Amino acid sequence: MTLAIKPAPVRKSLTVAVKPERAFEVFTTGFDRWWPRSHSIGEAPLKTAVIERRQGGRWYGLLENGTEAEWGDVLAWEPPKRLLLAWRIGADWQFDPNLHTEVEVLFAPEGESATRVSLEHRLLENMGAAGEGARASFDSDGGWGGLLQMFAAEAVKAS
Amino acid sequence: MAYGNAAFAALSDPTRRSVLERLALGPRAVGEIAEGLPVSRPAVSQHLKVLKEAGLVSDRQDGARRIYAIDPNGLGAMRAWLDQFWDTALLAFKAEAERTANDEKEDDA
Repeated sequence: MTLAIKPAPVRKSLTVAVKPERAFEVFTTGFDRWWPRSHSIGEAPLKTAVIERRQGGRWYGLLENGTEAEWGDVLAWEPPKRLLLAWRIGADWQFDPNLHTEVEVLFAPEGESATRVSLEHRLLENMGAAGEGARASFDSDGGWGGLLQMFAAEAVKAS
Repeated sequence: MAYGNAAFAALSDPTRRSVLERLALGPRAVGEIAEGLPVSRPAVSQHLKVLKEAGLVSDRQDGARRIYAIDPNGLGAMRAWLDQFWDTALLAFKAEAERTANDEKEDDA
């Protein structure tokens, strides 16, 4: 039996009291100033979080031991409207260049001086199944098991 | 979110993760789940009870057997960590964007 269940994308939106140009700027160039320090992979604490300012660039963490922890790359760079990032951190908290999940961030003007920021993290079904030509189902360890491991890893960190 | 926390706690145990991974292959009776696991059948039953209470597993009676399956509704809980993560991150982003905007207004004044 195949369980053709796939996780819905995570969708978030909120209004920020600045114009889209500034919202986009803070999100990208100012990335290091707001990215939660607890959310990093690698063997050392996060020193600087970086989003490179171009399509085809990378987003990554510079760690305190001088190494880099890659998170993925910039798939679309469309200031001040849209940013599309590939999130290539797998279920085991390792960078996997073959893993493809997407984080899309849209910046829409709201009134004169505010911005509606909408974020969607999608293709979550690919988590942990990257090497197998990921299918949208939970019929393998790669699908379900992968998510479970990631979930458990977070639970351990939280406890 | 209490429900999500229950799921976190339920999955902190490696045996329970193994149990859930087996159920990911399809519905199973306790005996089938216990096969190959280094714990007793009663222990597996106990783990299933915890998973059920956390909303991750459902069960139904099939004659003399009880069949366990992954509860699709539990998937929401599986995404909980990512969901919470983006909440945290976006609120931090909002605070930073509005803080720097206010700073600039003060500079202009």
